[in-house]
Amino acid sequence: MSQLGDFLLLVVVILGLQAVATSRITAAVRAVALQGAALAFLPFALGHVHGVWGMVTSCAVVLVLKGAVIPLLLRRAIEKARVVHEAAPFVSLHLSVLLGAALVGAAFWISSRLVLPGPAPNRLVVPIALATLLLGFLVIVTRRKAVTQVVGYLMLENGVFIFGQALAVHLSWAVELAILLDVLAGVFVMGIAIHQISREFDHIDVDALSELRD
Amino acid sequence: MRLLLPIALPAVLGLLAWLLRSARTQLAFLLGGAALHVAVVAWLFAAPAAPLGVLALDELGRLFLSLTSVVFALAALYTVSYLRDGTHDAPARPHRLVPALLWFLAAMSLVTLTHHLAVLWAAVEATTLATAPLIAFYRRRPALEATWKYLLLCSVGIALALLGTFCLGIAASGVPGGATLTLDTLVQAARAGAMARPWLEAAFVLALVGYGTKMGLAPLHTWLPDAHSQAPSPVSALLSGVVLNGAFLGILRFHQVVVASGDAAFAQALLVLLGFASIALATAFMVKQRDYKRLLAYSSVENMGVLAVGVGVGGTAAFGALLHAVNHSLAKAGLFLLAGNVLRAYGTTAAGEVRGVRRRLPATGALLLLLALAIGGLPPFGPFMSEFLVFEAALRGPTPWLGVAFAGLLAVAFLGLAGVLVPMLQPGAAAPGGDGAPRARERLLSVLSPALVAGAVLVLGLGLPPFLKELLGAAASSIGGAP
Repeated sequence: MSQLGDFLLLVVVILGLQAVATSRITAAVRAVALQGAALAFLPFALGHVHGVWGMVTSCAVVLVLKGAVIPLLLRRAIEKARVVHEAAPFVSLHLSVLLGAALVGAAFWISSRLVLPGPAPNRLVVPIALATLLLGFLVIVTRRKAVTQVVGYLMLENGVFIFGQALAVHLSWAVELAILLDVLAGVFVMGIAIHQISREFDHIDVDALSELRD
Repeated sequence: MRLLLPIALPAVLGLLAWLLRSARTQLAFLLGGAALHVAVVAWLFAAPAAPLGVLALDELGRLFLSLTSVVFALAALYTVSYLRDGTHDAPARPHRLVPALLWFLAAMSLVTLTHHLAVLWAAVEATTLATAPLIAFYRRRPALEATWKYLLLCSVGIALALLGTFCLGIAASGVPGGATLTLDTLVQAARAGAMARPWLEAAFVLALVGYGTKMGLAPLHTWLPDAHSQAPSPVSALLSGVVLNGAFLGILRFHQVVVASGDAAFAQALLVLLGFASIALATAFMVKQRDYKRLLAYSSVENMGVLAVGVGVGGTAAFGALLHAVNHSLAKAGLFLLAGNVLRAYGTTAAGEVRGVRRRLPATGALLLLLALAIGGLPPFGPFMSEFLVFEAALRGPTPWLGVAFAGLLAVAFLGLAGVLVPMLQPGAAAPGGDGAPRARERLLSVLSPALVAGAVLVLGLGLPPFLKELLGAAASSIGGAP
């Protein structure tokens, strides 16, 4: 089981780096969708087994929401806003890949100094959670298009989700579902906002949203 | 089961209002929902209900639940005249206002009613999502810009608060059942000294940054002036009077755990630091502010700073902070509603173009003056009493200069506030829509809510009703303060 866990966590961080490295917005969305799908199997791989049916439903719900429904909402927003490329990110792609790699290194370094008080489910959980979270931040602050910022937000949220897996005791399914539905509703509302912005401004460049200031 | 009512009632009514799009029916649902909510909350006060699953009502929850209920009812009353007169320019989807308002009420009630920190998180995020469409109500460019900043910044901030919540679970994972994230088990584990300190401190920092973003603590407040100034006025009133309190309650829940662990000094130092940063920064932006709605928004940042400083100083200042939350919610909600009247009569939020409010809108002008004096911290109004409690406790504490700096900053903030608002009341030179314009019509419902809060903050300044004193005292001692 620990090998499956290692594999999934490595896939997650590679997908995170891919989202940082790509200029095609649909590729970034695909990366975060696959990341979400990988996360669906993480509780199982880490051995948080609480009955077969609970495991299967929780896996299915995460798979459907993070792997299919949320990416679908994002794709619709992209189509409506008619954007394809992250044309001119604030930081060049080469530099952001370097920064991303540095952040992953930093995540491992920080985690080496954190000691979990309880038993650790997998030694990679905390560093990969931190790395995913930091990569999400990187995407949010370096990209110009509102849609890509949502991708960054989702990566951040995925990082928090992995971190939650470090909790030895499972949250009740209702609480986990509430958190997932919040993320879903959040992406839904952000999608509507992006649609309205693209209609009103004819673009979704966040740096051009700068009328309000003192 | 009764604990479910303040959440379920507005949620169901919101759903019905969403299905029935007639404006009249929707208003009836809004008023009915607000009235029922007040009634249910009063019932919960009269006969305490047993905890139910993740729901439980303690003193802190009771304080903020009743505050939510009252401010929402006042804003709902105002909304009737706001929608009936036709808004100052037509929104794209007027029928979306009422359902979103009611869903917001449901989410906010859950924030105050839950004892499960992950559910608290989900509810706070739900309040963000319910209010975002309200900020975008007019679909104009600045409103959409404000909505985007609000959504992204608050969602990212809140994600950090969830991370903090998980850290709290990890800190308690050495205790059997500790990682369930309910407040009682966490507080018990903390009292027993079973919390891993580095994780507990990390949890508090993340929660402070995360919920602090939503509460508008500097330097994470940048969304707040935009959102508060672009939202329709009743929504601005709810954002300032209710939403910020919800995030504050999130911070207080973490504070409760940290205090129980005996590490209060750590949390208090951070609260004082962020509180002072907020007061100082807001004051700097209030002086010479050109937009009166932004002015009120920055005043909210300042007052959130007062709350943080009060809890950080502790002792009687914590009591003062909770009392100040009551005072600020009422007074600021009233001020935003009055700003709505001014905006409708003059059609601008530029303070320099508004002159002669006392003559054109006599009731609005008089109430605006009263509430500006109140929120500025002048006696005999409530905010003076609560700010004085914080000041006095800080002065008596180990670092008296904190108290002096606190009072000095508040004085400058008052001058900034008065410097913008008072000229608006006076007759002025040939500003457009100024002296020559006829007296505008004021509806009873457009000034009733502000008049009620003006009365309330005056009463709170003259003396606390015994039941409120008792409630505030119990709530203050649960966050490590003194009654």
